[in-house]
Amino acid sequence: MSAILKSEIESNGSSVQVLKEDGSLLNKKAEPDFSKEDLKKLYYLMVLTRMTDERFLRMQRQGRIGFYLTSTGEEAAHIGSAFAMEEKDWLFLQYREPGAALLRGFSLFRFACQILGNVGDLTKGRQMPCHYAYKEGHILSISSPIGTQIPQAVGFAWAAKIRNDNLASLVYFGDGATSSGDFHVGMNFAGVFKVPVVFFCKNNQLAISLPFEKQTAVSSVALKAQAYGIDGIRVDGNDLLAVIQVTKQAVQKARSGGGPTLIEALTYRIGAHSTSDDPRIYGDESKLEEWKKKDCILRFQKYLESKGIWSLGFEKEVQERAGVEVSKAIEEAEKLSAPSLDTLFEDVYSDLPQQLREQKNELLS
Amino acid sequence: MPVYNMIQALNDALRTAMRKNDRIVILGEDIGKLGGVFRVTKDLMAEFGTDRVIDTPLAEGGIIGAAIGMALYGLRPIAEIQFSDFIYPAFDQIVNELAKYRYRSGGQYECPLIIRTPSGGGIKGGLYHSQSPEAYFIHTPGLKVVMPSNPYDAKGMLLSSLDQNDPVVFFEPKRIYRSAKGEVPETEYRVEIGKAQVVKQGKDVTLISYGAMMTEALEAAEKALEEGIQVELIDLRSLVPLDIETMIHSIQKTGRVVIVNEAPRTCGFAAELMALINEKAFLYLEAPPARVTGFDTPFPYSLEHDYLPSVGRILKEIYKTTHF
Repeated sequence: MSAILKSEIESNGSSVQVLKEDGSLLNKKAEPDFSKEDLKKLYYLMVLTRMTDERFLRMQRQGRIGFYLTSTGEEAAHIGSAFAMEEKDWLFLQYREPGAALLRGFSLFRFACQILGNVGDLTKGRQMPCHYAYKEGHILSISSPIGTQIPQAVGFAWAAKIRNDNLASLVYFGDGATSSGDFHVGMNFAGVFKVPVVFFCKNNQLAISLPFEKQTAVSSVALKAQAYGIDGIRVDGNDLLAVIQVTKQAVQKARSGGGPTLIEALTYRIGAHSTSDDPRIYGDESKLEEWKKKDCILRFQKYLESKGIWSLGFEKEVQERAGVEVSKAIEEAEKLSAPSLDTLFEDVYSDLPQQLREQKNELLS
Repeated sequence: MPVYNMIQALNDALRTAMRKNDRIVILGEDIGKLGGVFRVTKDLMAEFGTDRVIDTPLAEGGIIGAAIGMALYGLRPIAEIQFSDFIYPAFDQIVNELAKYRYRSGGQYECPLIIRTPSGGGIKGGLYHSQSPEAYFIHTPGLKVVMPSNPYDAKGMLLSSLDQNDPVVFFEPKRIYRSAKGEVPETEYRVEIGKAQVVKQGKDVTLISYGAMMTEALEAAEKALEEGIQVELIDLRSLVPLDIETMIHSIQKTGRVVIVNEAPRTCGFAAELMALINEKAFLYLEAPPARVTGFDTPFPYSLEHDYLPSVGRILKEIYKTTHF
């Protein structure tokens, strides 16, 4: 494993890879020893995530939901990294990692309820779609500011270290967030205090309309780690196995007192930033086509085929099962109504101060 | 019972609480070996170690961001922002994250973080060591905001803040850090958050203030008495939640009110208090509610005592309102 994870990254920005783009192994020694069940589970989750994104996107176009953010093309990056963490670890999501939440047991039904903002939403219809929280699965609350979760994940893991609890946190953010002050302070604090945190940058090369080369003058996000005295590594974000391997090593290092790691998963945003976005205005068509060919699900599929796991029959079964699961969740969720009016005033404070009590009566009377 | 100034009282509160609860950690700039630039955290690092008394790099957004993570984990962090003038790099973390965490997670998470920060002017601090930014935080749902004016309340309210499951922005009036002295019990007592204190009873006019301005307000009340005007003086102490009842009850009795705070006037907390008074006690008023505040200018250096509400300016409003 140590052969894969190098603490210094070459300045040409080369990425760690386990699978070649055709799904064959780059280096047989680097192949992880996963059970068939785990491999099938991972494949199913990637397909389910893509299908979920497609269905919610269609629902938005049909006017059934107000907004959605797809993760198309980035499934390996967030599912692989979440898979590498143990159940006791905690995940700070950005907003484009639905597969990580599903992996942690956030049901599609609850997800659909959150998208609809109805009474079944664990967050009581208070946030835009894709901004959920799921404490049971160790998923923190998602917010829209792009980098605020970074120092929070540092503080969280730091607290675990102070309490001598052997666990770590992993925080997701995009290439855009690396320009924020939160990225800087989070990396700096984590470096100084050797915090057991994994910084996971999904570099999808677009921050709404801004391309990566306009975001920073450095060729790779991973290089930024050097300035904070921590390890940085760039991994092929469309290579599920490489993402898992690199993240596993980073989290093991974190838990054993080796401090934080910045992982840059290089990928590409295949869809729009959100349903409110129109990439036709700024997009790079040839780059998009080039990256579509590097699709992470396709690559993993070819690998599974070479292992005798994937077949057309298997694919059909997976597609059908995922389709039923998504449809059923949406159907059940759409039966539910909006949250009741009095929830508007709940959870602002642990109690209900007089001014809020008066405002609640004003609305309800 | 020992006589402490505000700094000693706050230090005593921190030590008392940290001895009892090992989940309390404090973090901020220069709070360790130095004990803070005002020495509020003096000797705490020696007693509790570097894991619980943490000298941080100089980044307020990092201090608050990390402290939010610690609170979410289950610690009871107390973050110090060296001067409230420097709180703005952490504004996003406080307003968008800390204040909304329970609400936006549907009550799954809570974030009980205390932010201690010295505020207010009159120490020759100029633009960046003198501001009174409390209104920004009062305006943000989800935060509790307090400002004690004496050592007894400082200790009691800090200990009460640690009982809250909500974030508390704890402003400390630094001008009277050392000058305000009083008896402080060595025991672990509480001063309830959300309760104002009637400091002085009177029938002619209600004078409302908080923080360092309580010193000027009290002197003005005493001077007014020499003229035969009996002032009822209220120390709000807690700005969110606000003790509206004590305030309105007094105004119903006196029919007149003057509010004193040192922050700039427009959209300052005095404006909100006047609105509440008009809504809730309009028919009892014998004169328009008056306010004595800082001016709508940046906080000046050379002319700071002309900027700050003075005993003279307060007295002028008291006379105006009682002779309306």
